[in-house]
This record gives sequence, C-alpha cells and structure tokens, in this order.
Amino acid sequence: MKKQRQLLAMILAASMLAVCVTGCGGKEDPAPEETPAEVSEETPEESAGEEAEVPEETSDETAAPAEKKGVLMMATTTSTADTGLLDYLAPIFLADTGWELQWSAVGTGEALKMGENGDVDIVLVHAKASEEEFVAGGFGVERFQVMYNDFVVVGPTEPVAPTDDIETLFKTIQEDQLTFVSRGDDSGTDKKEKGIWKKLEIDPSENPNYLESGQGMGATITMADEKGAYCLTDRGTWLKMKTDADVELQLDILCEGASDLLNQYGIIAVSPEKYPELNNEAANDMIEWICSEEVQELIGNYGVDQYGEALFTPNANE
Amino acid sequence: MQVFKDILDTVFSDVGVFDAVCVTFQLAFGATFLSSVLGIILGLLLERVRFAGKRIVVRINRTLMGVPPVVIGLVVYMILMRRGPLGRLNMLFTVRGMILAQVLIITPIICGMTYTSLISRAPAIRTFAKTMGAGPVQTQWLVIRELKKELYFAVITGFGRSISEVGAVMLVGGNIKGHTRTMTTTISLLKSQGIFTEGLTLGVLLLIMAFIIQSLADFFQRGEKTDENY
Repeated sequence: MKKQRQLLAMILAASMLAVCVTGCGGKEDPAPEETPAEVSEETPEESAGEEAEVPEETSDETAAPAEKKGVLMMATTTSTADTGLLDYLAPIFLADTGWELQWSAVGTGEALKMGENGDVDIVLVHAKASEEEFVAGGFGVERFQVMYNDFVVVGPTEPVAPTDDIETLFKTIQEDQLTFVSRGDDSGTDKKEKGIWKKLEIDPSENPNYLESGQGMGATITMADEKGAYCLTDRGTWLKMKTDADVELQLDILCEGASDLLNQYGIIAVSPEKYPELNNEAANDMIEWICSEEVQELIGNYGVDQYGEALFTPNANE
Repeated sequence: MQVFKDILDTVFSDVGVFDAVCVTFQLAFGATFLSSVLGIILGLLLERVRFAGKRIVVRINRTLMGVPPVVIGLVVYMILMRRGPLGRLNMLFTVRGMILAQVLIITPIICGMTYTSLISRAPAIRTFAKTMGAGPVQTQWLVIRELKKELYFAVITGFGRSISEVGAVMLVGGNIKGHTRTMTTTISLLKSQGIFTEGLTLGVLLLIMAFIIQSLADFFQRGEKTDENY
C-alpha cells in the first residue's frame, strides 16, 4: 500500500515536471521548427523576427482566414484599449493587410518608453509635446494625427453645478478644497490635467483633498465615485465605465466641450534606423491603413450603437 | 527622519517614496502582528481540537495559503466599498483596510505552518510533559516554547509576504500618494511611467530594509537562545 502511494506521488511529480518542461519548451521550440519552412516565403519581411515567436502558437489555433504575414506590435494608451476600439479594429486590419495587431496598453509615458527601447514597432498615444520630442529624438519616424476624443470632468453635481467653464470649475475645487482624484501617473490624461492647473497658476497639491491614485483611468474613476470626488477623464473610458460597470456610477459629467479638453491621438512608427529588427513594413501599412478614409469612417462610427455617441472623432485628413 | 526623507526625495522622482516606505512598514508590522496572533491561535486550536470535517478544514487552510492576493483584494474591496456591506466604516482606501486584506492573506499561511509543525512535534513534547507531571496549561506553554523556532519562521514568512504583496494593497489601498501608496505599488507606478531604473532602485531598497529587519530579528532570537543553555 505504502509503496503504491509512493509510486503514485512519483508519477504525479514526474508528470508535473514533464508538463513544465514541455510547456516551457513549447513556447520556444515552435519557432525554430517552423522557421525553416516559412523562411523561404518570409525572408523579405523576416523583420517580424522576435515578436512573431510569441503569437505563433496561439495564432495556429485561431487560424486567421487572411494569409498572415506577421505581427505588428503596438504600444498604446489604456484609453484606446479600454474602450475596445483596438479589439474592433484589429481583425479588420488583419483582413485588409495580413498583419496581426498586438498591443500593450500602458500610459503614454511608458508607451513612448517602449518605443524608445525598441520593444514595439509602433506607438499610438495622445500627448503631442512628448510625441514630438520622441520624433525629434530620432526614436520615431514621423507623427501622424489619427483622431481625437475629448476629456470631461466628472463628479457629484453637488455642490458645483455643471458648467462649460473649466477654469471656474477648477478654481472652485481648489478654493473650496473639494476632493479631486488625479491619475498622478504621468499619462496623457495626467499631463492634460496638470497642464490645466498650470495654466491657471494653481498648485493643486496645496489642496489637502487632492489625491493621486497612480492607477489607470478606470480605477481612478471608480475611486472618485467611491469618494464622491471629481476627476478628469477621457470621454471614451467614462462612457464605457458608465455603461458597463457592475456598480452604477453616481457621478455625472460636470464640464465638457471646453477647448482645453481636446485629446489628440497621434501614431508614430518607431525608427527602423535605430532598430532595424523592427517590423517597419507593418508599421507603415498600419499608418496608411488607419489614415485611410474607410477606416477613419469606421473609427467615427465606433461606439455609436453601444453608447449612443461616438467615442472618437477621426481627423487624419484635416 | 527629515534627512532620510530628503535623501529619498532627491533620489526618486515625485512619487512620495518616503511616505510609501512609512506606509509599507506600518502595514507590514500591523498585518504581521494581527495575523501572527490570529494564525498561531487558530493553528494551536486546529491541532488541539478534534471535530468532524477537520481534514476538510485543514485542506481548505492549505488551499488558502496560496490564495491569490488580488482575489482577496477584490473581495475586501467589495465588502468595504460605499455600497458594500461594510461601506459605512469608510475603510476603503485606508491603511486599516489594507491591513484587513493582508490579515486575510497572511493568517492562513501562519495558521497552516503552525499546524504543520505542531502535528509533527507536539505529541512527543506532550508525552514528555505528562511524564514530568505538568498541568495542561504548563504543557501548552512548553509546546509553544519548544516550537519557538518554527513559529518564528512562520511569522517571518508572513512578514515577507506582507511587504512583497502588491495585488491586494493596490485594489484596497488605491495607491493614493502619501496615504496608501506602498513601496510595491510605487514600483508598479514607476514601471507604468516608464521609469524602470528608479523602480529597480526602490526594489533593492525594499530588500535591504527587509534584510536589516531580518538581521535584527535573528539577533534577538540568538540572544534568547544563549540564555537558555541548550
């Protein structure tokens, strides 16, 4: 009896080990196995190189209908991913161009950093000054504007009434020491908010109820809701949270439409001169594709049937 | 203290590192202390008391030793949120709320480790105590004293778990600068800003501090040992 148990334990341990070994190996092995067959047709666009390794196994199962050429790795902001825009666009991009779009949704600061490090082929972010710096620094090829959405200030409708004057609202928040939750994570939204305070020559940290969450937009909105606080958010994330969140949000839009609240997205291919191993071909295809009229129209209609209003306004051709 | 704060502020960007260090240790000591008391008592009871379904309880305990902190974080969040059952306590986004979440994570670990060391060693100690004519309270006391090293190890494990944890404190604490931001959530924030080197530095700082505390604890333990002529 005891021996049997020991044997069983050994078999269990051995099978766990086997799963570990094959499981881990599985991720690395397919690439060398498959490359000899594929290299012949793929050599011109071999640049996909390392990025292509990871998706290879997953994509084999999904078996895309269009002939897949490789993977385009994008770093983007949480807003484009959280609103579901990329989930919507990726399959169409694959069908139109044959590139599979994969993305890492982070803050603008980190997205640009990933571009600087050559970890991604392309960046789609919304902080114009930083983007121009990125291009000037030689990390990006050229910045193309794609679309914009706008920011809104959300919060409890008491004690401040909805207004379209962002300056008075921010001044009131500061003077009455109302609770305000800031992203505080150097993201595009955070930069926007800090810019408004700066323009008003107000130091928000003097307000004891000014909090920095250091988290993404969704978490920050939830926190503002919990605390009955104000916060600046992009409209897309706000609409999605308002519609989809399990716990109904008690906040409302307090300020919208001010010109200070525009949020312009730009797309930049990471410099192939700096990082020749990147998939620049796919990145250029992406830029051409996303700026094309049909795709711009798709972007302009995205979200209308679900949220009653468009989340993004395309403006690549302006 | 001010000097320490100034040094940290010059090394790191404006993310409130000094406060984060304070919160981290406040949280770690608070959570470890409460979990140790609870965990050791529960472990002792679990070993001492016989009841139906004990094996299941032990198994659940072992499972909970590996519970993902982020799950506990979510549960505690939902309990503490304004429209949650304990919303009136206003404990969400406070250090007390974070301590509560960590106690739920660490107590099973300390309880499980206490129980495991007890079942292997307590019977022999009890027999010994009985032959020496010790009463039940004396016996129990002897068991605890004899297992001091194991219990110490359990507590240290709990402490390590507390300072390294990020999932639950991020959800329940909310990573609010100067209030509930810990060293681990600061690292997470620095990473999201693309400031990797500072994150790494802070990680090393966290390890160094853990090492110092570990050394202090070892020092005191050794001090006791020499008193006892083993």
